Amino acid sequence: MDFISGRNEDKTEMLRTIGAASIESLLCAIPKSLRSFSIEIPEALSAIDLERETKRIAASNADFDRWACYLGAGVYDHFVHPATESLAHRSEFITAYTPYQGEASQGALQAIYEYQSLICELTAMDCSNASMYDGASALAEAAVLALRGTERKKILLSAAVHPDSRAVLKTYLSFFDAEVVEVPVTGCVTDLGRLESLADEKTAAIIFQQPNFFGAIEEAGLISEAAHRPGALLIASVNPVSLGVLAPPGEYGADIAVGDGQPLGNRVAFGGPHFGFFAVRDSFLRKMPGRIAGMTVDHEGRRAFVLTLQAREQHIRREKATSNICTNHALGALKGAIQLCLLGKEGLKRLSLLNVHKAHQVYRRLLKIKGVFPVGTHPFFNEFVLEIKKDPAALHKKMAAQRIIGPLALGPLDASRRGQYLFAVTEKRTEEELSRLVRSLEDA
Amino acid sequence: MADTTKLRYAKTHEWLNLDGTQGRVGISDYAQNEISDVVFVELPRVGRELKKGDSAMVVESVKAAFDIYAPVSGKVTRVNESLKDHPELINSSPFGDGWLFEIQLSQPVEANELMDQAQYDSSKGNH
Repeated sequence: MDFISGRNEDKTEMLRTIGAASIESLLCAIPKSLRSFSIEIPEALSAIDLERETKRIAASNADFDRWACYLGAGVYDHFVHPATESLAHRSEFITAYTPYQGEASQGALQAIYEYQSLICELTAMDCSNASMYDGASALAEAAVLALRGTERKKILLSAAVHPDSRAVLKTYLSFFDAEVVEVPVTGCVTDLGRLESLADEKTAAIIFQQPNFFGAIEEAGLISEAAHRPGALLIASVNPVSLGVLAPPGEYGADIAVGDGQPLGNRVAFGGPHFGFFAVRDSFLRKMPGRIAGMTVDHEGRRAFVLTLQAREQHIRREKATSNICTNHALGALKGAIQLCLLGKEGLKRLSLLNVHKAHQVYRRLLKIKGVFPVGTHPFFNEFVLEIKKDPAALHKKMAAQRIIGPLALGPLDASRRGQYLFAVTEKRTEEELSRLVRSLEDA
Repeated sequence: MADTTKLRYAKTHEWLNLDGTQGRVGISDYAQNEISDVVFVELPRVGRELKKGDSAMVVESVKAAFDIYAPVSGKVTRVNESLKDHPELINSSPFGDGWLFEIQLSQPVEANELMDQAQYDSSKGNH
């Protein structure tokens, strides 16, 4: 028997069933200008000409091999150890998708199990899932868990959480019966007084970021108390590299710890792919989204790895599932796990301290320049905000001339921060590069 | 152990043991057998107001997770805490120690809409 899908009769019937006039009418949410499918493709090149042409185009990138990067704001230029990529890019790993016939993929499952164990140790939480898409979706899923777990409807969201993550969270929650209230920022940190007065018996969770979007280190202990006093949960979004020196979320009482794993072993590459991590206290284990690898023994008593607690998941629970995430970012998570293993506990601490040291050193040097001012007096990790009273265009020109990828201008995100710039300084910045930055600002 | 001859049943296999306007809720022996070994329960919050047919809690077995629906409307007054550590009680004693929660009925007349043992037994054949 033939089966030819998508015949015109089928399409007509489907459109009639859902009450739509045409397929075009289903695409009305997409601007017309983006629906034009005519693409002009030039004539084919020979392989060698194609290689020359793509290299020529690639050379116009400001890449990290030739440029010094001070742009962070959620994505960081850390050193990726060659062994990380050499191991992760083995064909057994690089071609594998999230295990659907899990038990036939013992190696992939073991890697995920090791990753989960590392995340638990790093965050001081009880359980971790197999990873999520990125930090932003992990944060949004954490809010969903809090709403379900507490049966409350208000989320208090620090305005010092990354603006992209806040936008993703609001998109997620627009489909829930929930209210998101943003807690303002004073200087560069969450306004604790406002936070405490907003937290009440209707609050499902307080969400904050550590270090926050402005690089500042928040008073995690006080935020935790503000959450737990009225019985709300504490959701901490953390930079994993900072945990070499900062207290892990489990230590200050976070109920859910999430974050973007990119700083661990994943290169900066046009915005992705990243991985998100997601860890909880024991009591929320069965409400956790995503996949979980577990360790057990087979019928002969040999160690074996499985996908476990799957009754939470969509392929079993359908519309009652705790989340529609049925996958993970296994390769990104694997790179994170390998990088953590290579660093070790002491190595991570030293890496963290190196970031602190270099960022603070250049911070002090920049502040000596005329027209450069601090914003706030909070402690920071490897990112900080400076107010620079110089012409932005001239500043940009001077930096570009020195092959510097400059800091993030905060003005376009928030008019009240015009003239403020967010600098990220990782362990990769050399003395020479730091001096180049200082010089370019002096000259601007 | 509830006197099973006095129990009232919902189509979704919950039983209700009524004492005035207070009722105890569990799942039938047939239901526990169908879902097989229970490994986890997510109990309702004491004080939660339920409407008849609302999803009150979740029973997870080695097969899948199942919603348990409120057979009548009312307020949850007590939950079977021992199920947290011993969910298998639902299998070994569905009418006794494996009860799920107690409810203060807000619409006692709803209990009359439930099936008696004989009606329930014959209805199972239709599934």
